[in-house]
Amino acid sequence: MINPSDIHRQAETAKLGMWVFLFTEMLLFGGLFIVYSVYRLRNAAAFHLAAREMSIVIGTANTIILLVSSSTIAMSITAIRKNNKRLALILTGLTVILGFLFLINKYFEWGEHFSQQIYPGSSALALRGQGDVLFFGLYFFMTGLHALHIIIGVTIIIVVMTFISRGRIHSDRYSVLENGALYWHLVDLIWIFLFPLFYLIT
Amino acid sequence: MSSQNGTEHPSFYDHRGKYKGIFAWILSTDHKRIGLLYFYSIILFFLTGATIGLLMKLELIAPGKTIVDAQTYNAFFTLHGIIMIFAVVIPGLPAVFGNFFLPIMIGANDVAFPRINLLSWYMYVTGVTLVVISQFTGQGPPDTGWTFYAPYSFRTAGNMIPAVSGAFVLGFSSVLTGLNFITTIHRMRAPGMTWMKMPLFPWSLYATGWVQILATPIIGITLLMVIAERVLHIGFFDPSLGGDPILYQHLFWTYSHPAVYIMILPAMGAISEIISTHSHKAIFGYPFMIASVMAIAFVGYFVWGHHMFTSGMSGTALYTFSLLTFIVAIPSAIKVFNWISTMYKGSIDLQTPFLWAVGFIFVFMIGGFSGLILGSLAANVHLHGTHFVLAHFHFILFGGTGFAFFGAAHYWYPKITGRMYDKVWANLGYLLFFIGFITLYSPMFYLGYKGMPRRYYDYDEIFHGGNILSSMGAMVLYAGIAVIVINLFISLRRGAKAPANPWGGKTLEWSIPSPPPHENFLEQPVIDKEVYDYK
Repeated sequence: MINPSDIHRQAETAKLGMWVFLFTEMLLFGGLFIVYSVYRLRNAAAFHLAAREMSIVIGTANTIILLVSSSTIAMSITAIRKNNKRLALILTGLTVILGFLFLINKYFEWGEHFSQQIYPGSSALALRGQGDVLFFGLYFFMTGLHALHIIIGVTIIIVVMTFISRGRIHSDRYSVLENGALYWHLVDLIWIFLFPLFYLIT
Repeated sequence: MSSQNGTEHPSFYDHRGKYKGIFAWILSTDHKRIGLLYFYSIILFFLTGATIGLLMKLELIAPGKTIVDAQTYNAFFTLHGIIMIFAVVIPGLPAVFGNFFLPIMIGANDVAFPRINLLSWYMYVTGVTLVVISQFTGQGPPDTGWTFYAPYSFRTAGNMIPAVSGAFVLGFSSVLTGLNFITTIHRMRAPGMTWMKMPLFPWSLYATGWVQILATPIIGITLLMVIAERVLHIGFFDPSLGGDPILYQHLFWTYSHPAVYIMILPAMGAISEIISTHSHKAIFGYPFMIASVMAIAFVGYFVWGHHMFTSGMSGTALYTFSLLTFIVAIPSAIKVFNWISTMYKGSIDLQTPFLWAVGFIFVFMIGGFSGLILGSLAANVHLHGTHFVLAHFHFILFGGTGFAFFGAAHYWYPKITGRMYDKVWANLGYLLFFIGFITLYSPMFYLGYKGMPRRYYDYDEIFHGGNILSSMGAMVLYAGIAVIVINLFISLRRGAKAPANPWGGKTLEWSIPSPPPHENFLEQPVIDKEVYDYK
């Protein structure tokens, strides 16, 4: 009943829907970027000093982790196009592992902040002044929301992996993998903006 | 083309799917069934919201405490606002008639993502449930108004978190609907249906879809920030922590003004269909109708500041927002002129939907012109936060979208149900509705101009006369709504069988049997004529 050109049409439709959805995700973070810019403008000195307390080592490591994970998932699409199921599974698996690595780094980073009494609503943070409250408030909220997206992304890729291993994704039909990868790239892209905003601009 | 005889093919009501009984509906991915699920939910919430509105008008029938105290009144207008805005007017036309007719009018058998479509209904129900839960749990219902203004929204003892989460989930549902419609229109039009042969209702849904997608995420993130503020005390909008409450207002209206166009654009689309069909004449200035609908959607993004003229902005910002507000009136006026020109020399069939359409134009113009009064800076300072504003947006939202919703409900009733509604009762309901509507909201212009503020359960004795008139109008309006809804439900059983094309419409939905078969079209339609091809 379903001929190959139909599958192709459906894949195109799904991709269009995915791009539109990614657009809404970018706007979601866009609202936060506006809030960040407004408060950065008003508290330039405090944001400058607070950013120097961030661990550039962990931040850079996480950036590299995400960039590599984006390339592994991109390569997995090429692998599935060539019908190399095993390689595709290895590459998507690598992406999942890198996603977890990112979260583990984030856990230690946040833990370090918490041990220094830096967390939203902390009285020690409140004593340091409003600029610091806003910087760290935005930091926890934005990286927290981003980490939530990482978790969703990892879940999606795990589902995609089960599809690949069951043969539901193959060289003729891989739009689910492609759309999952698009989502993962978006998560990566947002981090590319978060990293300079919180770690590099001092 | 398919057979015109409706009895030959089983309709989508008789279609046997995977599930039985109620599950054949709540697990169905058929866009027509989902549209009807939305219809029943929206009617339910509309009646809830209208009842709360009536109770508020009864409270205002005399100065002092009449039936409820101040705190209950605050909870009333908050719940009335949240339900009416997020659960009735925003999803109203797109989710009900858009879902049902968009695929049919462009010659498709379903929307692009049927399962996401069903998911959006579930999110809608979840969102409303959260709002309802907020009324009965925690430390009392929310009392901030539907705008959740900071910093009160995280200082009040009211149960804000479920209400705000509910609004967030409803927003998500709206995004999914918009995403679905845009993709459907881009990818699923029938062969031969070029962009300039697409009827105006799908066009208006296309513009609406973009507004839903581009604006809703902003309110999503803003509501998340309010929740975070309440739970974690982050300080985004709390002045004592360095945050800026005005920034909240900017973010809120960046969504909530375009949201007004989510409400009115599909209404304009449906009105265009009704006027063209019942005048038996092609819509006048079709390309201009498209250009104006897109222009409204576009310019609508840049006028949010007119909600904040008295909140504190730079002079330049004030002038700019005021100017843009006047500019956005131009495409709306083009639409009104074109509707009237469509009627001119048409052969008008005075059916109930046409009455609703004419009523729409009347109240929409009153609403629109009062919007210009509010959009001019000097007048706004005097009228801001008064009953004048209340009258203005009820004329636009309830007058505009409400009239279009009931007009569309009557217009497409034969197609959806396969029955005709009772015309006499429908016209009587319309008459009561219209008289009640005008009597309810017109005095508010005067009361507001004289200085009666909105959102108070009490008022000075000098406002008594206008309020009595207004409250009496509310009762007539409520009776009108009851007549309309009861008539529509009784006609489901008692109505005469509807032919495939009772009005002589030219759009695709009238070429298929009433009610439509499960697959919509028995053969793939091919469009070779111009849109609204009347001779």
